[in-house]
Amino acid sequence: MAGSDALTADFEQVMEQAARWREEGKGVALATVVTTWGSSPRPVGSQLAVSDAKEMIGSVSGGCIEGAVVLEGLKSIEDGKPRLLDFGVSDGQAWEVGLACGGKVEVYVERVD
Amino acid sequence: MKRDILQAVLAARRDKHPVALATDVETGEQAMVDAETRKGDLVLAGTALDAVRTALAEDRSGMVETEAGRLFIQVFNPPLRMIVVGAVHIAQALVPMATIAGYDVTVIDPRRAFATDARFPGTSVLNEWPDEAMTGLAPDRRTAIVTLTHDPKIDDPALSVAIRSPAFYIAALGSRRTHGKRVERLTEAGFSETEIARIKGPAGLPIGARSPAEIALSVLAECTARLHGVDAR
Repeated sequence: MAGSDALTADFEQVMEQAARWREEGKGVALATVVTTWGSSPRPVGSQLAVSDAKEMIGSVSGGCIEGAVVLEGLKSIEDGKPRLLDFGVSDGQAWEVGLACGGKVEVYVERVD
Repeated sequence: MKRDILQAVLAARRDKHPVALATDVETGEQAMVDAETRKGDLVLAGTALDAVRTALAEDRSGMVETEAGRLFIQVFNPPLRMIVVGAVHIAQALVPMATIAGYDVTVIDPRRAFATDARFPGTSVLNEWPDEAMTGLAPDRRTAIVTLTHDPKIDDPALSVAIRSPAFYIAALGSRRTHGKRVERLTEAGFSETEIARIKGPAGLPIGARSPAEIALSVLAECTARLHGVDAR
C-alpha cells in the first residue's frame, strides 16, 4: 500500500539502511530502545540509525530525545565505545531532553564496525 | 556491532528465519542465536543461552540479568501474516489497516470479479479456492485468519484448514445466527468443539461498528488483543 512505508518503518528498514551507509564507507551508529518504564512512546526494540554524514532514519521516542541520541551516536562513531543512555523526566535534564509523557527509556548506542 | 553480525541478522530476516540478537550492554559484545546455533564474540552458555532461546520462542525482546551479565535480547521474528478470505468491501478497509499495523496480508477469493489487483493495490491476491490456497500458505503461530464472505462455500473450507493450524487468531464475519449455523455445519463435518471454539464469531470487538472501516477496526483490535494475550471482550 502506498504511503505505509514511513508508518511501518521498523528495525528492519533501519538496520538495512545502516548496512547500506556502512557499505558506502560512512561511519554509522545504531541506537536501540532496550528498556521502557511507564508511558514511553516507542516500544523496546525501536531503533534509530545515524551516519557521520548527518543522516538519520527511524525513531526511539516521539521526537523528545532524538537530538541527544544522535549526538551520542556521533560520539560513538568517533570513539567506538558503546553507550547506555538513560532518559526520564526525573533526571534533571527534563527541560532539555526529557520525555513529556512522563515515561522513562534506556537507549543503547553502538557503532557499526 | 560487528558488520558480519549485522549482515547475518539481515540475512535471517530476508529468509524469514527467527533469530535473537543478544548484546552485553557493558562490553558491546554480541551473539546471534537461533534454535540450534550461536554466532558472534559474546560467549553464551548454560542458563544465559537458555534465556536467549526462551526470549526467542516467546517473541519477547528486553533486558535480562544472566550469569553472563546484563544482556539486551532483541528478537527478530518473521513478519506477522494475515489471511483475509473474501475480497469484499470490508476487506478493502481491513487490508490497508492490517498492512499499516505490520501484517503481511494475503487476500483469497475464488470469485475473480471481487479479487482483482486493482481493488487491492500492492497486496497479494489469490483467485483460488480457500482450502487449496490456505494449505499452500501454511498458516503458522504468527498468522491471523479472517473470513469475510458469509458464504459457506468459501468461508467453511478456509475455516476447516484454519482451525487445524497453529494460527493465533481465527475470526469469521457474520451475525450470531450465521455463526450458529456455521458451528452446526462444522460439527456435522466432524470438527471437535475445541477446534470450532477457536473461531471468533461474530468477528471483532463489540465497539458498535457499522461502516466497513469500523468493522475492520473492531476485527484488527480483537486480533491485536489476541496477539498480545489480552482478553478484551
